[in-house]
Amino acid sequence: MAKFDWNETKRQITDSQAWQSIFRHGYEDTPRNRILMVSGNVWLHLHPSKVQKHAVRLRFTWCMGGITFLLFLVTVVTGVYLMFYYRPTAEYAYADMKYLEFDMPFGMLMRNMHRWAAHGMVIAVWLHMFRVFMTGSYKPPREFNWVVGVILLVLTLLLSFTGYLLPWDQLSIWAVTVGSNMARATPLLGHGGPFHEVLGVNPVYDARAFIFGGAEIGPHTLLRFYILHCIFFPLIAGIFMAVHFWRIRRDGMSGPL
Amino acid sequence: MASREGNESAVAMRAAGAAAGGAAARTPAGGGSKRIEAPIKKTGGGGEEKLHTWPFLVRSEFLMAILVIIVLTVWSLLLNAPLEQPSNPTRTPNPSKAPWYFLGLQEMLVFFDPWYAGVVLPSFIIVGLMLIPYLDINPKGNGYYTFRERMFEILSFFIGFHILWVSFIIIGTFFRGPGWNWFWPGQVWDPHLVEALTNVDLPYMFGFRDYLASAIFGLSLIVGYFVVGYAGLYYWIRSRPSGDPWSAFPGGGPEILKKWGPVRFGITGFLLIAMAGVFIKMALRHALNIKYILVTPWINI
Ligand code: HEM
Repeated sequence: MAKFDWNETKRQITDSQAWQSIFRHGYEDTPRNRILMVSGNVWLHLHPSKVQKHAVRLRFTWCMGGITFLLFLVTVVTGVYLMFYYRPTAEYAYADMKYLEFDMPFGMLMRNMHRWAAHGMVIAVWLHMFRVFMTGSYKPPREFNWVVGVILLVLTLLLSFTGYLLPWDQLSIWAVTVGSNMARATPLLGHGGPFHEVLGVNPVYDARAFIFGGAEIGPHTLLRFYILHCIFFPLIAGIFMAVHFWRIRRDGMSGPL
Repeated sequence: MASREGNESAVAMRAAGAAAGGAAARTPAGGGSKRIEAPIKKTGGGGEEKLHTWPFLVRSEFLMAILVIIVLTVWSLLLNAPLEQPSNPTRTPNPSKAPWYFLGLQEMLVFFDPWYAGVVLPSFIIVGLMLIPYLDINPKGNGYYTFRERMFEILSFFIGFHILWVSFIIIGTFFRGPGWNWFWPGQVWDPHLVEALTNVDLPYMFGFRDYLASAIFGLSLIVGYFVVGYAGLYYWIRSRPSGDPWSAFPGGGPEILKKWGPVRFGITGFLLIAMAGVFIKMALRHALNIKYILVTPWINI
């Protein structure tokens, strides 16, 4: 019986065809590998392989863009878990929340994390915007990325707002009622707004009915908000984030000349 | 350097295409080439030392991610997400509050009608935010923190964001109770509290009783307000000296106005004057109980 040689086994594994097909380069700390670590990895490749010194400092970015993105990812993961147990119908939605809280393993924790991460994302995105403003990073050539950012800000609020309805409790339907009542007051397009007679809109056919899927908040609204919340807005936000990140990569981080 | 040369030849090609009438319609002469060059001529990092992303940046991101997830997990273990009674469309809670991040707008309902507070104002906010990079032509302060070189921009942002948006959310969240009346934190919410509504329209206060006359009066006030606002902004900017913090414009105020151009001046002025209008309306309400300034059968402001 040969003595078990750990290093030999390790070498055999890392030399095997399977290993080499997955991991392309070694881990030695060489400048070449440092660059390959980033450029050879699809996730890390969001970064350039080298960055200016100031861009790494927390003092400059407050890391708020990154935290916004991280919290977004947290809501995606916890949200998928919640989707397994939640049915977007008026009969079941509230009962499913209770079920989730009391019967599902980690249900309450997942729900809490989803909720607080969403709130955290709203705060983080504001702080991110504030920092980008304070460093003047919207100035040329990054004007358009600021515009993309504002779209992301609106999408973040819409994601949060559509999710607010889903527990189908008193808090959610009344908060969404108050929020959506604004649509009723839209000039021209809302039945409570100025000049609504011009287009002849009415409670069943106006801007708010378009959001609600009917004249009043009800089961149709729940389904509508569910689809917007779980599919439509995340998809759109994902697309805009891809553009946002791509442009940061192209333009580089802003910095003193 | 190779990429730089490649870029220049791309510029040359683009210019040739423009000369041939291709992209000429969309980009003003010279504008196109400037744009293409932009990504290469990065601001920042001129002579600055560069670090490897791995490990330096990835390391701080990783640590920050762990920290955020730990904080979030602890927070989620300690504090449960709210779940109230099942929804009941026949029982309206008092107060009904929008989600907290919209409470700034709900607070505006105290001072403006819903079509303005809930639709027009938020549209101004979103469009105004998007326009910031195109309205602000001060080249200073790109990529570093400075107050001195950008006082005007930073103060405007401060008023819009910190005062109007953030502090109104705080008021809406912590200081508003039943009937949207003001309650101090800790004060018992009395749902039967009645506050006398003694508000009066400004034209009425000035003795106008007739709809047409008061509409004309209100409209002239608003138009006059904008005229005064624009004039004030114009003369204030024109009188800017050339030194700090306007050092980007050695010619001082007149040069700023020339570079800014009438369109940028017009839009910036409109947004700033409309924003200041919110404060004026609030002041009129608190000081004189003014309800509306402009009263018409269709809209009131
Ligand atoms: C879902 C929302 C958003 C995500 C996930 C996001 C993510 C990021 C990240 C990761 C960065 C890199 C630098 C940093 O961390 O600060 C960044 C930079 C930037 N963001 Fe965002 N962002 C979002 C929303 C916004 C908003 C609302 C704005 C502005 C209104 C904005 C404007 C910018 C600009 C101009 C940069 C470049 C900054 C520079 O070069 O210094 N972003 N964003």
